[in-house]
Parts: sequence; C-alpha cells; structure tokens
Amino acid sequence: MSLLIIDSEKSERHYWADIWHYRELFFFLAWRDILVRYKQTVIGILWAVIRPVLTMIVFTIIFGKFAKMPSEGVPYPILVFAAMLPWQFFASSLAESSNSLISNANMISKVYFPRLVMPFSSVVVSLVDFLISFVLLIVLMLFFGVPLTFKLFALIPLLVVAFLASFGASLWLAALNVEYRDFRYIVPFIVQFGLYVSPVGFSSTIVPEKWRMLYAMNPMVGVIDGFRWAVTGAEAQIFWPGFLVSLLVIVIMLSGGIWYFRKMERTFADVI
Amino acid sequence: MSDTAISVQNLGKKYVLLHQAQGGGKGYVALRDVVMELATVPFHKLTSAFKSPLSKPEMLPSGRSLQPSARSSTEEFWALKDVSFDVKRGDAVGIIGRNGAGKSTLLKLLSRITKPTRGRIEIDGRIASLLEVGTGFHPELTGSENIYLNGAILGMRRAEIKRKFDEIVAFAEVERFLDTPVKRYSSGMYMRLAFAVAAHLESNILVVDEVLAVGDAEFQKKCLSKMQNVSKNDGRTVLFVSHNLSAVRALCTSGILLEGGQIKKIGEVASVLDAYSSSVQATAQVVFPARTEIPTITRIAVDQEGLERGDLIVDIDYQLPFPIPMLIPGVAVSSPSGVPVFGSNPVFHKEGYTSPNTLNGTIRMSVLAPAIFSGTYKLSIWLSDFHKTYDVRLDAISFDFKPHQRPLNLPNLEVIGYLDPCATWRSIK
Repeated sequence: MSLLIIDSEKSERHYWADIWHYRELFFFLAWRDILVRYKQTVIGILWAVIRPVLTMIVFTIIFGKFAKMPSEGVPYPILVFAAMLPWQFFASSLAESSNSLISNANMISKVYFPRLVMPFSSVVVSLVDFLISFVLLIVLMLFFGVPLTFKLFALIPLLVVAFLASFGASLWLAALNVEYRDFRYIVPFIVQFGLYVSPVGFSSTIVPEKWRMLYAMNPMVGVIDGFRWAVTGAEAQIFWPGFLVSLLVIVIMLSGGIWYFRKMERTFADVI
Repeated sequence: MSDTAISVQNLGKKYVLLHQAQGGGKGYVALRDVVMELATVPFHKLTSAFKSPLSKPEMLPSGRSLQPSARSSTEEFWALKDVSFDVKRGDAVGIIGRNGAGKSTLLKLLSRITKPTRGRIEIDGRIASLLEVGTGFHPELTGSENIYLNGAILGMRRAEIKRKFDEIVAFAEVERFLDTPVKRYSSGMYMRLAFAVAAHLESNILVVDEVLAVGDAEFQKKCLSKMQNVSKNDGRTVLFVSHNLSAVRALCTSGILLEGGQIKKIGEVASVLDAYSSSVQATAQVVFPARTEIPTITRIAVDQEGLERGDLIVDIDYQLPFPIPMLIPGVAVSSPSGVPVFGSNPVFHKEGYTSPNTLNGTIRMSVLAPAIFSGTYKLSIWLSDFHKTYDVRLDAISFDFKPHQRPLNLPNLEVIGYLDPCATWRSIK
C-alpha cells in the first residue's frame, strides 16, 4: 500500500489515480440530477422531447418563414434541428456546470472526491438530453425524407469535440463562479448571445469572407457546421480552416480549464 | 504496512479574514472589485515604491494579492499551528477541545477537503471520513436511491454497495420505507440511514466528527457500539472528535487535546480528558456579573474550611430583578470527565428550606461527609423556580475533596466509581 502524502508545497500526484478510483461517481451524480429533475412531474421524461421540438418550431417560423434565411435546398426544420442539437448540449452544459459546485457546496465542504467530477457530471446530464433529442432528429429526418447516409457516423467524433468544448468551458465557469459569484448572471447572457452568434438560426455561408476567421473562433461554429454537414448531405460544405480554428480554440480552452480548475480546487472548500 | 497509520508533521492552516471597513456588506468577491484592483495596480506600484517594505500586500490562499485598501483590511487567522503527532495502526484516538480549537479543521485536512498552509501529512491506508451525517442525501430521492448515492459519494463502488445493501438497511431499520422519498423520513430515520451507510465503509482508517451530537439516546448508543465494534474487532484506526466525554472515554485509547489551534496535551485518554476538564477553575469561589432583567447567580463559593473537615458546603449568591415566590437552586457534582456523581435541590431535599423573600441573598447547601472518594470534582449550579430555569453555570468551579477518613489505597475510580459505599467486609465461615 503506497503512502498518501498531503503536503502544503507540492501538488498531489495521486489526483489522477483518484479520478479513476472515483469513476463511478461521475455517473452517479449525473444519474441523481436526471432522476431529481423528473421526480414528482407529470409529463416527466417527455419534457426532454418537447423542449427541442418547440424551439425548432419557433425557429422555423421566425428564421425560416419571416426572416427567410437561405437553407440550401434542405428542409429548414432539419437544418435548424441539426444545429440546435449540439448548441443545446453546449448551452445546457454551461448553465448546469457553472452552478454545479455552488449548489453542491455542502458536499464540497464535507466530503473528499476529485472536484473535477462535478462539472463533468453536469456535462453528462446534458449529454443524456442530447441523446434523446438525437432520436427525435432521426425521426424528423425520416419524416422529411432526408436520406440517412453513412456521413451520420461522423457525428461520433463531432460529438466528442462538442463534449470537449462543453467540458472545457464548464471547467472555467464552474471554477470562476466559486470565486466570483457574478458569473451566475454572466452565464445566461453568454448563452443568449452565443445563440445568435452561432450558426443555429442561420447557415455559416451567409457570413462574409473577411469575418470568417474571427467568426470561427466561436468553438461551436466548427461543431455545428460539422453536424449540419453530417446530417444533410452534399449540399452543405465544411469550411476547413474555420473548423481547425474552432478545434484549436477548444483545445486551448480545455487545457486552460483543467489547469485553472486544478489550481483553484485547493481553495474551493475554503471559499465556497 | 508500517506501524504508523497517520503521521502529521508541523501542520498549519491559515485563513485570511477580510474586514469590511465601510460600505458594502458582501462577503463574496465580485469581479468588479478585482477589476478595480487591477486597474489601480500601476498606481499602487508607483506609490509603494516610495513606501517601506513592511507594507507589502497580504497573500490570499488563492495566490491573489489583495491590497489593503481604504475599504477593508485583512487579518491572519491560524486555525491550526505547528501540529505534529503520530497515530499507530489500530489505535482509537479521541480529539477533544473547546469549540474553535481546530478539531474540525484538523479533520478536514486529514480528509483532503482543504489543503494545509504548512506542514505535511502522511497516511498509510485508505481513509474514510464522516464529517457530517447524510452528506449528499437528496430529499427527492428514495431511501434506496440515497443509499447508493451516499455510498458512491463516500467512495464505495456500486458492487460494494449492492453487496452490503441488506446489512445497511437492517442496521438502519428502514425496510418498509425504502421506496419513500427521504424528505418524508423522520429525523431519526434519516440519521439512522445516513449513519448506516457510513458505518459500512471499508477502510483502514475511520475519521468521525461529532456525528453523535445529533440523534436520540438510542441512536447514540447504536453508533457508539458500532464504532467500538469497528475499532476493537476490525482493528481499524479511528479518529474521533466529540464533546461527549464519556463516549470518548469509552471508545478511545489515546487522546489529543487541542487548544487555540495547538496541541495542549497528547497521550493516554484518561490523562487528556482530565487535562481538558481541569481547565475549569479550581478556586474557592467564582463571581459572575448580575444581569438586569433576569435572575442571576452572582457568586458560587465552596467553603474551604468545610472541605478540610470533609464536608461539602456550597454558597450560592443570587440577585433577582423581581421577587420569586419559590426560588429553587440546584447543584450537581460531577467527576472531572463529566460523569455525574450526585446532585441536590430543595425540592427533593426540602427539610428546613424556606424560599427567601429578598431580591439579593445567599443560599447554602451542606452535604456533611459525602460518601465519595477523594479526588477533584466539578460543580454545576442552577437557579430556577417551579416553572423555568433562570440561570445555569455548568462546571463553574471545581474542588479537591478529601473524606474525613482517608482510605489507605486509592481505588481506580474508573472501575469502582465515585461513590464510597462505606462497606464492611467480614469473613463469615
């Protein structure tokens, strides 16, 4: 049995071993959050389906019919839904995780577990919602007669990228929110703002050339475009340089997030 | 595995207290403040170049530097300072001390919930901490769901929880209520369930913080016997923080007394417990300030000459803001570790007592030649009437008692007790 050393100077070498040891906790916390969400509700799990459907209908009417955004020959609802899926995943991860540490303050101050578990499990909760909505997407595609091609398999790596983007942003927000409670108000604003700046209601093709690179720094741009491409067919194109920029932003955000979170973790129990 | 389970070396934990001078009563740091600090840093750097090196900024635990501005000042608070001790494998150590001595902070450091500011801890073995009963319990989830959740939070694997599920439920005695949301449980059921999960943790080292403070007598008995089981039968190392001194005495083999963040005494549990309670004054009398609206005990005195003779005579001075028709003082005598020995009040020893009709006065309790063995004892005094208690002074004063006829060999009072039965022994066959 190796010696466990707690030192004021050095950082813990066994942290990552602990994460493996506590691996089941990731899913337990996500399971708890999901269970609690639907306890004592009548409609229950159906909410996971109704919300994206309603959003899609509203978007279709406003952006598709009134604003008349071009949709490149693909049924507008599919275009919107394919983009909304990753965006909802990202947005709800942000919202849930930024509060994850604060709302579990009593656990943080009384029990030891690697705190990284908390934002991770919030992202897992959003992932479950994503999977439910994904089933809905397949149903819609069949309804509108959009062919289900092999390109759908590209969704798997794209999902991984979306997950990493969400997790990276979550780490930053969760850690920052413990120290500066302002972030509780900033996050909904970021989400709102992000919804209009990301290609959910519109397609990336309408963005003028000179702004494309700056626009691609939004980490979800690459992912959403990728989703659209995988779902719809040869009509949509991926703008590769933009995609790589998004990817780079995601990697920086994730590694920075892990670094910042680990640095602040030692003070969570004192500050929360 | 080595013999030492836990080794603590020069442990220190410092907190920085932020005192808000004027304006803003927030305890949280807002981004706005940090931005303001950052914006004025170049200005401060300029002026600090002209200041002496003694006025350097304080460092907060997060590493951020907070300039003592006109709005607030910082103060260092050492919750633990230079604490060092070793715990041998299989020992049951009781950690005692007054509120604020640093006991919970020490446990938090051992449980890795917070990081030390200085020093080092070495732990050989897996540590399981129970700092609060029912951590992570969610009121909306059912009893069985919470068992899994709480078990996972405390570090058990799902398979492990499944294996022990029936044992846990049997210990908690909540079989019928497993599918009810925990918010519907009575507080007793809640605590039994929470403790049951924690009690079945498998670990080499168990750290427990005052969890026996809540719960009814039945629950406390159950917890204590389970912990004795864990310590003596399983041979696990146990660290136990409690204010219940008799529980500490029953469970632990050694003790650590913390005072003001430092170790005051460490060693055999009996001597540590005595050191804790002998911080209570051993003088002839103790005085208290009178309160204006409420009846108060203003002085408690033990007659020293009476003590010389082997009698216990206690004088209680009182001051009343309004007349009380039936004034009832009460006295309880206990051992240094808090075991009650005897007590009295003029309700059950009423011969010759008439309630005083003045607002100030002294009441005297005399116990002639009390049948107790010699030793140091503590007094607790109450002041009441038939309906309510107005003033209480627990462990107010201690006295050294020597009975009139001193026994030649002092018995072990922990085995024999404090009462002297004045028995006679004869060989009859």
